[in-house]
Amino acid sequence: MSNTDFVLAIEDLTVSFDGFKAVDNLTMYIDKNELRVVIGPNGAGKTTVLDLICGKTKSTSGSIKFMNTELTKLSEHEIVRAGVGRKFQTPSIYENLSVYQNLEVSYPKGRGVWGSLFFKRSDAVVSQVKKIADEIMLTNFLDMEAALLSHGQKQWLEIGMLLMQDPELLMLDEPVAGMSAKERDQTADLLNKICKNRSVIVIEHDMEFVKKIAHKVTVLHQGKILAEGAMDKVQEDEKVIEVYLGH
Amino acid sequence: MFDYSMADMGNIMVMQGFSGLSMFTVLLLMALGLAIIFGQMGVINMAHGEFMTIGAYTTVMLSKVAATYGFVNYYFLVAIVLAFILAFALGYFVEYIMIRHLYKRPLDTLLATWGLSLVMQQAFRSSFGAKEVSAELPEWMLGSFKPTPDIDIPINGVFVMVLALLVTAGVYIFMYRSRWGLRVRATVQNRVMAGAVGINTKKVDRITFALGCGIAGIAGAAFTTIASTGPTTGTLYIVDSFMVVVFGGAASLMGTIASAFGIAQAQSILQFFMTSSMGKVSTLLVIVGILMMKPEGLFASKLRK
Amino acid sequence: MNASLSKLVGGKQGAIGLALLAALIFVVLPLGVDIFRLNLVGKYLTYAFVAVSLVLLWGNGGILSLGQGIFFGLGGYGMAMFMKLEASDPISTKIQTTPGIPDFMDWNQITELPWFWHPFESLPLTILAILVIPALFAYLIGFAMFKRRVGGVYFAIITQAIALILSILIVGQQGYTGGVNGITDLKTMLGWDTRTDSAKYILYYVNGALLIGAILLSKYILNSKFGMLLLAMRDKEERVRFSGYDVSNFKIFIFCVAAMISAVGGAMFTLQVGFMSPSFVGIVPSIEMVIFCAVGGRMSLIGAVYGTLLVNYGKTVFSETYPELWLFLMGGLFIAVVMFFPNGLAGIYDKYAKRFKFLRKFSDTQPAEKVKATPVSDIKEMGVKA
Repeated sequence: MSNTDFVLAIEDLTVSFDGFKAVDNLTMYIDKNELRVVIGPNGAGKTTVLDLICGKTKSTSGSIKFMNTELTKLSEHEIVRAGVGRKFQTPSIYENLSVYQNLEVSYPKGRGVWGSLFFKRSDAVVSQVKKIADEIMLTNFLDMEAALLSHGQKQWLEIGMLLMQDPELLMLDEPVAGMSAKERDQTADLLNKICKNRSVIVIEHDMEFVKKIAHKVTVLHQGKILAEGAMDKVQEDEKVIEVYLGH
Repeated sequence: MFDYSMADMGNIMVMQGFSGLSMFTVLLLMALGLAIIFGQMGVINMAHGEFMTIGAYTTVMLSKVAATYGFVNYYFLVAIVLAFILAFALGYFVEYIMIRHLYKRPLDTLLATWGLSLVMQQAFRSSFGAKEVSAELPEWMLGSFKPTPDIDIPINGVFVMVLALLVTAGVYIFMYRSRWGLRVRATVQNRVMAGAVGINTKKVDRITFALGCGIAGIAGAAFTTIASTGPTTGTLYIVDSFMVVVFGGAASLMGTIASAFGIAQAQSILQFFMTSSMGKVSTLLVIVGILMMKPEGLFASKLRK
Repeated sequence: MNASLSKLVGGKQGAIGLALLAALIFVVLPLGVDIFRLNLVGKYLTYAFVAVSLVLLWGNGGILSLGQGIFFGLGGYGMAMFMKLEASDPISTKIQTTPGIPDFMDWNQITELPWFWHPFESLPLTILAILVIPALFAYLIGFAMFKRRVGGVYFAIITQAIALILSILIVGQQGYTGGVNGITDLKTMLGWDTRTDSAKYILYYVNGALLIGAILLSKYILNSKFGMLLLAMRDKEERVRFSGYDVSNFKIFIFCVAAMISAVGGAMFTLQVGFMSPSFVGIVPSIEMVIFCAVGGRMSLIGAVYGTLLVNYGKTVFSETYPELWLFLMGGLFIAVVMFFPNGLAGIYDKYAKRFKFLRKFSDTQPAEKVKATPVSDIKEMGVKA
C-alpha cells in the first residue's frame, strides 16, 4: 500500500476467531482532525476494530497504517507511543490513586524503568495536569481518590488521561455510557473541543449524542461496513434502518 | 545408563513404568481434585495434600480395625468410600468458613489454605503421632504377577490404577454429563447469569470444592498401597500435583490425565538411572522450562479473548 | 528537608516511623538484651530483608513470589562458600584425603574444587556474586514469565516449584553443596573471627544499617513515578499498557530488586549465624517469609520489619515452651491475617491511630493501603494470555 495523507488507513482488515470472522475485510480511512463515530448493533465488531488498532487483538490479515506506520506489527505500548490513545468501554482508571496522580502517571515522560525512577515533577508536568483537569472539568477534584468520583467523572478522567499523552488519534469506546443528560452535553462539548487538533474515533449507541458530535458515521454490521457518510444520509439508508435504527 | 543390555533396558522400562503407574495414580487423583477446584473456580488450595493425608489416615486406621475384627480382605473398598466422605465433609466445612470469603482474592486464598495445611499437619501429628504408619494390605493385593521371569508387576499398583480410571470416568460423567456438572460449568462461565437463571451458585461452589477435596481423600486411600503415611505426607505431592494441573492446562481433563502420566513416568524412569532427587529435579526442570515457553500448558484449548 | 531527601524517607511521617525503627534496632535492643539474644534478633532481621522485598513485589506490585527463599539462599550460600573456602586451607584440612577443599567434598570423594567454587575464593567477587547472581536469576525467571504475561497464581506456583527444585538440588548434590546439612563451621571472614561477641555486635549493626538502607531504597522506588506505576499496574494492568508503558519491564525490574534485597539478607544470615542450609531455600521458608510480610502489613515497609520480629519472637517463645501449639498458632495466624487483617499490623495501626491524632504521624503506609479485591473476571486474565 502506498503512503497516504490519512491519519489512519485500515485496508482489508480481517480477524477470525476459530473461523468466525469478527471483522471481515474492512477498509476504512480517517482524515486529519476528523471525528468519526462508529455505530452498529451488538456484535457488529466495533470494539474489535478498536482492539485491532491498539494492538490488543492481533489481526489475521490486512493492514492498519497510522500516519503511514504499520501498526499490526507493533506491540501495545509502541502503538501508544506512536500516538494512538484508547479509552475502554468501562472506565479504566486507577481507583487507588488520586485524580492528580492518575493524570500524572499518564504523562508521556519517564516511560522506561529508569526514566520512571528518576522522573521529576517539573513545572511543565504540573501545568499540563492542571490544564487537562480544567478541560475535563475535574479541577476541584485533583486531590480526591479516583474511586470516589461519579461514573461520569471517571469517564472524563480516563479521557483526560489520554489527553495527557496528546495523541494524534484518540479512540473512545462508549464515552457517555452511564452519564446523565447534562453530563452528555458536557461530554459532547469536550469532544468537539478536543478534536480540533487530532482525529477521534468514537463508538456510541446514543443517537442524539452521535448527531451532536459526528463529522462522519460508519455503520458496522457483522464485521463489515454497511454504510458510511454524514449522519443524516446514513439515517436514511434503508439497509441501516433495517438492521439497526429501525428498532 | 549404557551398561545395560537391550533386554535389560526393556525390562527396566516395563518395571519402572509400572512403578510409575502407582505414582501416576496418586498424582492423577490429586490433580483431578485440584483441577476441579482451580480450573473451575480459580481457587488455589494449598491444603490439598492434607486432604489426601486425611484419606490415607482413614485407610490406615480402618485397616487396624479390620485386622482386629478380621475383615482385612474387604476393608479397602470401605476405606475408599469413607476416605471420600470424610475429606468431602471437611472440604464442605472449610469452604463454608473460609474459602467463600476469599473468592475475589485468589492469592490470599493460597496463603490462607497454606495456614490451614499447617494446622492440619499439626492436628495429624497430635492425633496419630509423628511416626509414619502403614496400612495392612489385604492378601489379594500383596502378590505380583510375572508375565516373564524378569518382570514383576505388583497387583496393588494395578488395582489402584483401575480405581483411578474409574474415578476419572466418574468425574467426567459428573462434570460433562450430569445436571450438576452443567451447573458448575455454567457458574464458571458466567456467575451472574447462572445466578439469574436460578442456579444456587454458592451451593455449586461449596459442592465443587468439597468434591475436589473428596477426590484427594481417595488419592490418600490409593497412596497407602504404595507408601506409609505421616503427618507431612501431603506436602510431598502438592507441588507435583500443581505442576500436573498447570502443565495439563487447567480446564482440560484429558490434559490432566496426560500430564499426570507423563510426569509420573518421567520421574519413575529417571529415578532408576539417576538418584531419586536428580530424577525429580530433572522432571520439574523440564516442566518449568516448558511452562516458560508455553505458559498456557500443553493441552489448553485456544480461547477467544 | 530538601525535596529529594523528603522523597527518600517519605515525608515527615515516614521519617518519624523510620527513626523509631532505627532507634529500636540500634539503641533499644542492643541495650535491652544480651548478645546471645541480640544475635537472634540479628538473625530475624535478615528475614526482614525478604519481608521488605515482598512489600515491594507483592504489596505494591501485586506479584506474589513464593520463591523468595531462592534468593535468600543464593545470597546466603554465596557468603557461605567464601567462608567455607577460607576455613578449608590446606593446613587445617591436612588430615583429609585431599587437603585444601571443604570437608564435605572430601567425604564425598571429590578431589578437586569444582569450577563454580573458584570465584568464591575472593571476597570482592563473592560480594559481587551475592548481588548479581540472584538478580540475574530473577531476570531470567521474570523475563520468561512477565514477557508472556504470566502472573498471579501461575507465577506463585512456578516460583514455588523453582524453590523446590533448588532445595532438592542442593540436598541431592552433597559433594558440591554440603547436602542437607548445608555449609557449616564457618568461622572467619578474611581472618576476622565472626564468632566473638564484639564481632557479633559489629555484624548486628552492619546488618541493621543494611536493612535501613534497603528500606530507604524501597521507599525511594515507591515514592517515585515507578512506585505509582506499580500500584497502577496492580489495579489496572491493561490501562498502564495502553498508556504506553511496557508493563513487563517494570515487573522484571522490581522482581530483580526484590531478589537482590533478599540476597543481602541471606548473606547477612550466614555471617551472623555461621552456617547456611537448604532449609532456608525451599517452599516452607519462602512462604513463611510471606506471612512475616503479611503480618506486618503488605503495604508497609516498616510494618514488614515489625511483623518479622513479632512472628519470630512468637516462634521462639512458643517452640521453646509449647512446640505442639506453635504450628496451630502459625497456621491460625496465616488464616486470621489473610481473612481479617489483610493490611496486617500497619493496617490495624492506621485504623486505630486515626482516633489519636498525635499517633497518626508515625504511620508509613503507602497512600493506597486498601487491598484491592481482584474481580472474578480478572482471574483468568491474571493467568495466561491465550
